[in-house]
Amino acid sequence: MKKKIIYLIIFLLLIFVFSVFFKGLYKPNLYSPSQTSNKSLIEFSGKELFTNIEINSSQLISNNKFTIVNIWASWCVPCRSEHKILMDLSKNLNLNLIGINYKDNSESAKKFIHELGNPFSKILVDNSGITSIELGAYGIPETLLVNDNAKIIKKYIGPLTDKNVKEIEKITNQ
Amino acid sequence: MLSSYLGYYSLILGFILSVWLLFDSFISLSKKNKNLKKNTILVLFLQLFTVVLSFLSLVYSFINSDFSNETVYNNSHTTKPLFYKISGTWGNHEGSLLLWLLVLTLFIFLFIFKSKNQPTKYKLLTLFFQQIIIIGFFLFLLLTSNPFNFLFPIPNEGLGLNPILQDPALAIHPPILYLGYVGSSIIFSASLAALVQKNINADWAQHIKKWIFTAWIFLTLGIMLGSIWAYYELGWGGFWFWDPVENVSLMPWLCLTALLHTIVVLEKRLILQSWTLILSIATFTLSMSGTFLVRSGILNSVHTFANDPSRGVFILIFLFVLIVLSLIIFFFYHPKESSEKKIFWFSKETTILINNWFMMYFLSVVLIGTTYPIFLEVITNEKISVGPPFYHKLLIPFLIPFLIFMAIGPKLKWIKQAFKKIKIQQFILFILSFLISYLIVEKTSVEHLFTTILIGAAFYLFFITIGEFFKKNINFSQNISHFGFSLFVLSVLFNSLFSSEFSANMKIGEELKFDNNLIKFNNIETFDEKNYKSIIANFDIISVKDTTTFNPEIRIYNQPNILTSEADIKSSFFSDKFLVINLLKGDKLFNVRYQNKSFMIWIWISVLLLVFGGLASFVKRYNR
Repeated sequence: MKKKIIYLIIFLLLIFVFSVFFKGLYKPNLYSPSQTSNKSLIEFSGKELFTNIEINSSQLISNNKFTIVNIWASWCVPCRSEHKILMDLSKNLNLNLIGINYKDNSESAKKFIHELGNPFSKILVDNSGITSIELGAYGIPETLLVNDNAKIIKKYIGPLTDKNVKEIEKITNQ
Repeated sequence: MLSSYLGYYSLILGFILSVWLLFDSFISLSKKNKNLKKNTILVLFLQLFTVVLSFLSLVYSFINSDFSNETVYNNSHTTKPLFYKISGTWGNHEGSLLLWLLVLTLFIFLFIFKSKNQPTKYKLLTLFFQQIIIIGFFLFLLLTSNPFNFLFPIPNEGLGLNPILQDPALAIHPPILYLGYVGSSIIFSASLAALVQKNINADWAQHIKKWIFTAWIFLTLGIMLGSIWAYYELGWGGFWFWDPVENVSLMPWLCLTALLHTIVVLEKRLILQSWTLILSIATFTLSMSGTFLVRSGILNSVHTFANDPSRGVFILIFLFVLIVLSLIIFFFYHPKESSEKKIFWFSKETTILINNWFMMYFLSVVLIGTTYPIFLEVITNEKISVGPPFYHKLLIPFLIPFLIFMAIGPKLKWIKQAFKKIKIQQFILFILSFLISYLIVEKTSVEHLFTTILIGAAFYLFFITIGEFFKKNINFSQNISHFGFSLFVLSVLFNSLFSSEFSANMKIGEELKFDNNLIKFNNIETFDEKNYKSIIANFDIISVKDTTTFNPEIRIYNQPNILTSEADIKSSFFSDKFLVINLLKGDKLFNVRYQNKSFMIWIWISVLLLVFGGLASFVKRYNR
């Protein structure tokens, strides 16, 4: 009798561990070593892609309730597929989108925008990639959601998904 | 192109051979053959051959930068040096799994080849269980992670290997580690076979011990190489970060180390049979779980290659099939402990048992620390990360009794130790250890009492093991390993006590003062190398005694585009001086970090001593 109970407990434990791991596999799980939720976005500046005027991030961010900073490049294949989602997000009135053009050829970047539309209010050129590294980018595309106090609310590594969009809408429409 | 075909079809052939071996060994079990059939050995050899061929084909594709192969395209680049082209073979998910398979087949082949005197049934059963594992990995490779996928149109250039993986220590780290990590599979299969055969006796213990030692030596070396890599390449100045992936290699190590001690008890006293078997099964299960945790993407770290859930599901199911299989076999066949043999509380076997309890405690701490975040996230959706403070708080206090038992244990006799009067010199040694420790700790600004006791305990083991070297009839290999361990604990403790750090942002030409030293940033030079651009800075650190010049480097790799910092490390007998820079803004401002790490090389030396002890023991047994 006692033995049977032990077997049963082991068996149940195994099922439990299995199901936790199984569920864990399907969790979106992207590496974010730092807790971004309470961090502030660093100030950055750069030339605008179309106008070539030097602009600073602080003025852009404080003027809007929420800002999305998206790091992209015309050579990045996932960015292309992500673009539709950014176009949809740009319709959200509470949201201002800033693009950071990462290590790109300005001609092909402009072509990319003409072809697929421009969701961004401003696009900053980051030829050296240093701004992106300072923003803590791991790779592109990468998206940061920032409030008007320059606090980073969310950080998405990799292309945005529909699920992410819903989350962003929920935060910005509160 | 051709080599990919060759690799792929030899994998399929290898898979077919494995299935044949599985059935053949099962059928042969019911027959009463005296020896293994010649066919079986031939097919076993062919199986190894197909996997070797497949592996070499992949290496060949990497050397020739054959970008029609998807794995090569994703992980190589024409401008990479040849050495890293080859090591790129196992620097990715698919290739490293092929290496897994290679080690699995190599070990079963060597096992059958080397155990001629063992019972045929036992060999057949081992073959049978090992083939189950091999088939699982063949399927995993062929169904979810084929290393020979074609790409069309053929790209002109590959994506490159992550620069932080381009390091000599890391190039040999995976193969060495795998020999231990995957090599433990043979202990698993052989233990299940012995369990079914019911021949868990002194002979079996003696025979399996060689394999335990083999796995242990390679696992220890492999972990050390990984740690050396982290120290030199990552530029953080540490050697162990309690990263999930490091933990995953540490867990089988703890289990294997416990097994290493228990198997001696089994050999000498024929007790603890069930416990020995549980440890043998657990070691490989932990290796498999580790592979699951790392490769499924359920955890994330530098080592995570795959982020495809279907791969995770496969390993998860396979892992649980193996666990359930071994549990069922254990429940049905587990040996009855002979009840007449009681363990006397003051004997060698008791101290080995105590060693096991400690090992199991260390193991559970690491296991909980590694998997708890997953459980929490799935159940409550909360994300946490368990860091070094957790491990330090829970592990370090228990090191004190562990070290003392380690000093006393080997001196006791088997079965029963008579109480003698405590020898006066032992007592003096004990007092002396704590006195030295106190004098050292007093100079620092840490919590006195606890650190004094900890270092004192380590010194005690240190002196006792040194003393043993001068006696006759000692167990040399065991003593040198224990001595190595005491040296290891001491160097790690001194390293954390006496290391100092200085960090600042500096411009070229600037000078700064810190702790009686002057740091001068002289200039930078840029060079163009084959696959990266290099910025080499020149620093002088002027202390009262001397001036040291440092040339730390920043590398900007072109494929993929990544910045790495190469620290300049000046190693000496008692300390490492470590200077690393990071680019801040433009080419002007740099973040400079200078560290003085005490007793750094002694950490590596002590681990080598530990390994050397294992090796000595292996050679001794082998020659018998």
